[in-house]
Amino acid sequence: MGDISPFQFQVVAALIFMIGVVGVLIRRNMIVMFMCIELMLNAANLSLVAFSREIGDDQGQILAFMVMVVAAVEVAVGLAIIISLVRNRDTVNIEDASQMKW
Amino acid sequence: MKLAGLLTPQFWVFWIFSSAAVAGAAGVVGNVRNPINSALSLVVSMLALAGLYVLLEAQFVGLIQVMVYAGAIVVLFLFVIMLLNLRGSGASGAELQPLTKLVGTGLVVLGTLFLVRVLATGRAPWPDVDPSYGTTRAIGEALYSDYVLSVQVAGVLLLAGILAAVVLAKKKVD
Repeated sequence: MGDISPFQFQVVAALIFMIGVVGVLIRRNMIVMFMCIELMLNAANLSLVAFSREIGDDQGQILAFMVMVVAAVEVAVGLAIIISLVRNRDTVNIEDASQMKW
Repeated sequence: MKLAGLLTPQFWVFWIFSSAAVAGAAGVVGNVRNPINSALSLVVSMLALAGLYVLLEAQFVGLIQVMVYAGAIVVLFLFVIMLLNLRGSGASGAELQPLTKLVGTGLVVLGTLFLVRVLATGRAPWPDVDPSYGTTRAIGEALYSDYVLSVQVAGVLLLAGILAAVVLAKKKVD
């Protein structure tokens, strides 16, 4: 595969994962924080697929597929929670959803 | 790096798609004005990752990435953002002070350096795989023979997710 090493794919995955972590830490908009969680899941998927290609086995791809299933369910439930929060509080700022914080 | 390596199409595909993926990810976090811009950056990142999957000879995962992530999940995000009409609710703006920006960038750099340091050990060359590797047929046969229990559990999980989403988003909770 040209001059691309498996290591380079892992670096891209690490970069995207770190951007997702920082997004969850510094953004205060619930929907954007949720997108950052999706970014982290995607970075993990890229890492899985790259390792899978590196060892020449397709188990990593199956695990990536299962991660996508879980991500789809998580998005549906999480966005439903956000919708009901906005209906009750009229805000998507995470600081206003502090009922379970102590 | 040898000059011959610069001329392979894989090299250019890798650099174009990986920079698009990282730039899209940065766009999701850096867009403070409007969540819709964040969602569109997310589409760029997802499509670029699909390109990287195809480069890794995982055609099936790349296809599912385009259909599920870029096609369904981001559309769901866009629906919710437009449904809630977030422009006027004061949710955006006045987040991301300069100090948080600095701390965030530093965290990205340090974290990536740390991960690169950890990952740098034990690199191997690419093995040769047979032409059926990563095709829909190969993955489908594996899913419906060795991993059939996982498929069943995924189905139950999706059903539970549908029900939970309907119940949660239906009406006002007290």
